[in-house]
Amino acid sequence: MTVTIYVPRDSGALALGAEKVAARIAGEIKTRGLDAKIVRNGSRGLYWLEPMVEVETPAGRTAYGPVAAKDVPSLFDADFLSGGRHGLSLGDPEKIPYLARQTRLTFARVGVIDPVALADYKAHGGLAGLEKALKMTPADIVRQVTDSGLRGRGGAGFPTGVKWKTVLGTPGEVKYVVCNADEGDSGTFSDRMVMEGDPFVLIEGMTIAAIAVGARKGYIYLRSEYPHAEKVLNEALAVARKAGVLGGSVLGSKHAFDIEVRMGAGAYVCGEETALLDSLEGKRGQVRAKPPLPAQKGLFGKPTVMNNVISLASVPIVLDKGAAYYKDFGLGRSRGTIPIQIAGNVKYPGLFEAAFGLTLGEIVDGIGGGTKSGRPVRAVQVGGPLGAYFPRELFDTPFDYEAFAAKDGLIGHAGVVVFDDTVDMLKQARFAMEFCAIESCGKCTPCRVGAVRGVEVADRIAGGVEPEKQVALLEDLCNTMKFGSLCALGGFTPYPVMSALRHFPEDFRPHPLREAAE
Amino acid sequence: MTMERNDTEIATRTLAVVETWRDAEGPLLPILNGVQKEFGYVPDEALQVIAKALNLSRADVYGVFSFYHDYRDRPAGRHVLKVCRAESCQAMGGDEMADRLREALGVDWHGTSRDGAVTLEPVYCLGLCACSPSAMLDGEVVGRLDEERIGEIAAEVRA
Ligand code: FES
Repeated sequence: MTVTIYVPRDSGALALGAEKVAARIAGEIKTRGLDAKIVRNGSRGLYWLEPMVEVETPAGRTAYGPVAAKDVPSLFDADFLSGGRHGLSLGDPEKIPYLARQTRLTFARVGVIDPVALADYKAHGGLAGLEKALKMTPADIVRQVTDSGLRGRGGAGFPTGVKWKTVLGTPGEVKYVVCNADEGDSGTFSDRMVMEGDPFVLIEGMTIAAIAVGARKGYIYLRSEYPHAEKVLNEALAVARKAGVLGGSVLGSKHAFDIEVRMGAGAYVCGEETALLDSLEGKRGQVRAKPPLPAQKGLFGKPTVMNNVISLASVPIVLDKGAAYYKDFGLGRSRGTIPIQIAGNVKYPGLFEAAFGLTLGEIVDGIGGGTKSGRPVRAVQVGGPLGAYFPRELFDTPFDYEAFAAKDGLIGHAGVVVFDDTVDMLKQARFAMEFCAIESCGKCTPCRVGAVRGVEVADRIAGGVEPEKQVALLEDLCNTMKFGSLCALGGFTPYPVMSALRHFPEDFRPHPLREAAE
Repeated sequence: MTMERNDTEIATRTLAVVETWRDAEGPLLPILNGVQKEFGYVPDEALQVIAKALNLSRADVYGVFSFYHDYRDRPAGRHVLKVCRAESCQAMGGDEMADRLREALGVDWHGTSRDGAVTLEPVYCLGLCACSPSAMLDGEVVGRLDEERIGEIAAEVRA
């Protein structure tokens, strides 16, 4: 019997040396004349254990990690192909508490299967949602998605079903499904993990959307910083076309649908849906004024479903298991699960999919294990570069859209970045302004000019020039940007800035005073 | 006139890229991406060729070209190193690692080392935030930058 060894091809694992590990394993198999093969899976998302190698044994899968290339010979010596004990043994990966405590709906297959093997995908429940959708009316599909309570996981939290309903109700010969895979928020990597670890689930979700609204063409707009995701997606698309999942007749039905991957060119603002549409059309990625909504006049002026990767990847399970099943997870108006990405200075960085409602403290201290540096946690930024900084005092905030909004924050893309007590919050506020200045599309003045002024003001505070006056100026600027900007870039940059100022005012005082306070 | 222009190697190679996207909707970005891949940058002459082929003005094409951070107007070094400057990497000492790298490679942001070995570019998140601080060397990802990995990078670009 050929033994299967899994070595992730996920970017995170590759960044930690997975390619060398795979090469070394292949070499050992050859020189030792063993009957074994390597499958390149996605990552389970336990990044402190990557590269995590798994072996399929008669007793189930058993994991080893973090594996370096130099550890490989000793793994073979320990007979890891039969699950032998080794210093790096982790046992059954699904029993590792970090993984066992999760509710993996959207990420059920990520790290488990070969991402480009359709047979693997089907054996793990793939395509069941699409098969059901093909037997339903478009209105019924839209109703299922609406009833599930699924909301845009890209940041705005807008109900996915409502968007689809608008596209369905807008007459048009040509309609599009566009997947926003411009995952530009720092601290986030869940889209990347899905695209690299289970691309078929995204393809299936987009196909269901196409059938629901009557679209024949889909685009995945992918950021250029993700070359590995591009590769996996294109491999998976080729497989899907060959198998008749995509093409002139989706799974033998009367529906035609195909998907193309389009690469961005490094512009954060293209994560904003209207800027993304302009970019896809071959223009500068500038924000459009709304209305009209993309659902009515989207790509090339046609009705367009525009959803984020995680939203679309959550659709197949909603169709397969039903709206009620999905809705059962979560609380309040935040239904289902959310893939939380724990990053920054944290002991156990990784992906944690769970129902909404964990508190920030549970996430940072309980799951993340506190800081990697071992120093106290001082600030946590939630929701990317436009998200607020939270101090420890707000660690009882439950992870849900409304609760975060009530604390002047946002969940955004559900990235959580942890900082220890060496962080300088004035510097972080300055960076937020600098980032906005670099990435502003230039269309509206509050964002374009405000951000540049913001950097100058932060520098004057740091230099001790009329600090009180400058702080008042900073607040003023934030107000102007918040209410006068055309899109979230300028509109939300005040979140990190104001939260830093509000929760960590000591960092905004002139140096002598700061020292005296310490 | 037209003949002369089209005769150059840049024009020929640019047109080949344009040709592959002939039937695509919204082909400008894929074409610019393709041209940058072809030459390592987007030559000024290519902008003109693209404009003509797509029936756009040169100003239109230039406007798009100049909007996106990825596009270069001059050749890069033999290697391109992108280093993440965003928050998760900041929280893990990324600023300090970036300083070490600049020192080790003798190059500043957006610059190319004098020996032409490497171009250094800032990037704002590579999606490797669980392996911060991170970087990308010629499209290959590098996580948990430390002294050792910086040494390896420096050796590789000098090789
Ligand atoms: S913040 Fe550096 S990789 Fe995401």
